[in-house]
Amino acid sequence: MFNRLTPFNVTALAFGYAFLYLPIVILVIFSFNESRLVTVWAGFSTKWYVSLFDNTKIMDGAWTTLRIAFISSTLALVFGTLAGLALARFTQFRGRTLFSGMVAAPLVMPEVITGLSMLLLFVALDWTRGIGTITIAHTTFAMAYVAVVVQSRLVTFDRSIEEAALDLGATPAKTFFVITLPIIAPALVAGWLLSFTLSLDDLVIASFTSGPGATTLPMEIYSMVRLGVTPEINAVSTILVGIVTVGVLIASVLQKRAALQRIADERLAQASE
Amino acid sequence: MTARATEPTKKKKWAPWSDPEAEPFIRLVDVSKRFGDFLAVDNISLDIYRSEFFALLGPSGCGKTTLLRMLAGFEKPTSGRIEIDGVDMADVPPYERPVNMMFQSYALFPHMTVEQNIAFGLRQDRVPRDEIARRVREMLDLVQLGPLAKRKPHQLSGGQRQRVALARSLVKRPKMLLLDEPLGALDKKLREKTQFELVNIQEETGITFVIVTHDQEEAMTVSCRIAVMNQGRVVQAATPTEVYEFPNSRYVAEFIGDVNIFEGRVTESGADHAVIGAPEADCRFRIDHGISANVEATVWLALRPEKMVIGKTPPEDPTVNCISGVVWDIGYLGNLSIFHVRLDSGKTVTSIRTNRSRETELDITWEDRVYLTWAPGAVAVLMT
Repeated sequence: MFNRLTPFNVTALAFGYAFLYLPIVILVIFSFNESRLVTVWAGFSTKWYVSLFDNTKIMDGAWTTLRIAFISSTLALVFGTLAGLALARFTQFRGRTLFSGMVAAPLVMPEVITGLSMLLLFVALDWTRGIGTITIAHTTFAMAYVAVVVQSRLVTFDRSIEEAALDLGATPAKTFFVITLPIIAPALVAGWLLSFTLSLDDLVIASFTSGPGATTLPMEIYSMVRLGVTPEINAVSTILVGIVTVGVLIASVLQKRAALQRIADERLAQASE
Repeated sequence: MTARATEPTKKKKWAPWSDPEAEPFIRLVDVSKRFGDFLAVDNISLDIYRSEFFALLGPSGCGKTTLLRMLAGFEKPTSGRIEIDGVDMADVPPYERPVNMMFQSYALFPHMTVEQNIAFGLRQDRVPRDEIARRVREMLDLVQLGPLAKRKPHQLSGGQRQRVALARSLVKRPKMLLLDEPLGALDKKLREKTQFELVNIQEETGITFVIVTHDQEEAMTVSCRIAVMNQGRVVQAATPTEVYEFPNSRYVAEFIGDVNIFEGRVTESGADHAVIGAPEADCRFRIDHGISANVEATVWLALRPEKMVIGKTPPEDPTVNCISGVVWDIGYLGNLSIFHVRLDSGKTVTSIRTNRSRETELDITWEDRVYLTWAPGAVAVLMT
């Protein structure tokens, strides 16, 4: 019934895409607006991009965000992998259910609560809030995502591959680094990217846990918007959209190529029978 | 497939298990393994000899894989002792045992090439680089995979993966090779071919092989001795012929091949003969050797289908063992014909006949009355 392009289908499709992408298209268009007024078109210009790079606040915010995202996602990768490993491998230990529930809790916890509790902790410990505390906070909630990704990969992992390595003389530690890690590497990359994106994007937790001198890009944009939307913000957002689009394009091209390679490999295997 | 080596020395009977002087190479003493409430391996004692091809055969859940994993070191026995070449393996981890294993799933390292997979074990032992290259090359030749050395496992067919796994487990020249259902994933033709290859490789290398399988034909084809297992115990450990022709219990007789079993009562028991009455068969079984059961004892008579001769006329000599019935079903397999014969008691027995001559129609057909006869030595008398 829906196999052919009927007027109804076309309309539904158009509305769907418009709903998703019209706001972004408008944002991109107005980032090239000559006028200072966001909603009035006054000719094409790239001057907001130029002024963006002169805006030290935004550039500092971007740099801070990238550093926090990089460090916190790397730490989250390490801790999350350990937690995922424990959950997937040690299926029977005292308090496992509690542990697995607690690992997953940050996924469903409202960000406001995570942020507030982090703030209270840092105040109680009397730590100076800044980049360090934001990084710790981001690590905490991102490692939950990594743990879930790694655990689900390990559940389908053929353990006899590790046993084969042990059997051939590799110690358990060596087996982990030479066999297990390379095989689950795609899951680790996915976990790291997920953490990186979550950290880049986070406004709420960063607001709670930051201190003077540590302003991330989302916080900067948010505070600028409160004084009115400027074309500079449109420009920043357009750049972010551009980066994401390029990332998605690269990922899908790689995926497509991997799929083609797999088909070629299967043919090869059959041909050599 | 190359022909099996048949030098004169090989023809000499080689049976260290029947030689009380022979020193066992692998020794299991009262080994048990318990998982929670489940007793997977129940007090098994076994001796395996150097260069033997030993099979652990049984249905799934009989403990054969657990036993193999204890030899490899992946499971620790709950009680008992395992010795390999005189060394107690209790505290030796898998990566220090002189034993390699070929896994059912092959467990090839997916991120390494065929060459790297085979070299992995040697690299762990810090073998010099040029020696690794040489031995990997040797192994590739042995399993005929030379041209595929640079491929990754997912670029290989099932049979090729199986050979990589075999090469990888042999390259370290282990004292013992463990094979966990090594041919389970192959199709029938390839499996039969590979069975003979396995035997050849085992004879060439002289390594002790222990294979786990649930396929009795496979066990009979490849091994010197078979341990038939059930519920964590070894029911019988003997050569394929002994296990088939002289089973020690109904379980073994029924597990290995097809068999007709009759309940019987001993009516005569002498030093060199016995007579056993079997009401189900309406026949008195004459046995040409002494049995260890006394008169009036209940025994079971196991008669293999191919031991019976099927004919349409009763034997002239009334002392010949004979039962009679009606042909109920015929299975024509080309080389063989299988007859299901319903006896007058209602019991169905199976008889197999080799199709020696070319006919378009069998001389025996459905509902014919037939007479099944057999030699006095053809029946196995079982006490349990």
